[in-house]
Amino acid sequence: MRVLYFAWVREQVGLGEEDVTPPPEVATVAALVDWLASRDDAHAGAFADRGRLRTAVDGVFTRFDASIVGAREVAIFPPVTGG
Amino acid sequence: MIRVTVGLAPIDMAAALECLERDGAGAVATFSGLVRADDGVDVLELEHYPGATEAALEALATEAQERWGLLGVTVIHRVGPMRAGERIVFVGAAAPHRAAALDACAFLIDRLKTDAPFWKRETRGGDARWVEARGSDDAAAARWSAGKPF
Repeated sequence: MRVLYFAWVREQVGLGEEDVTPPPEVATVAALVDWLASRDDAHAGAFADRGRLRTAVDGVFTRFDASIVGAREVAIFPPVTGG
Repeated sequence: MIRVTVGLAPIDMAAALECLERDGAGAVATFSGLVRADDGVDVLELEHYPGATEAALEALATEAQERWGLLGVTVIHRVGPMRAGERIVFVGAAAPHRAAALDACAFLIDRLKTDAPFWKRETRGGDARWVEARGSDDAAAARWSAGKPF
């Protein structure tokens, strides 16, 4: 599974994207964020305040309880500020 | 006709308007958003989520077309660095009559602000900061639906 980061999340994680293989019990966006945060300080710091994060699964905005089973791509980013 | 463009090039408003006016409508409404010159920002940079951005804008354009019976919808959003006075975004709606064109145009820009994955970063005097999302934008988007904004 590919995980993408944008804006200050990208800067704090220190990566624009990475390929990861979470264990099968990591089945939701929330569980994926927890699992990534447990891996190193950069992820933990970027994900410290879940209220400041938004997510998309395969390009579609989702909530934290959304399933990631079978997903190819999950994106984690701040609230959007376009227009 | 639905036209969605996300790119680095400056927005040619005359060309965009001309396309909408060829859609055979009696009314065309447009909105353009500019980089504000009055708050000391030297450079505004727009980041986006390639692929997902275009899909989100096309979904919005389709929703507007169906809801207001539009003959044409154009959404152009610039990304990359830009300076004060430059156009960031252009939306336009072509409809048989003005009410539909005006309402659809407002819907498109209100919902674009909450539904499309863009992020603004401002640089002032060498200091860069990411722009925070505003609750007023959520409220503006929410007035177009009974559902809760994302």
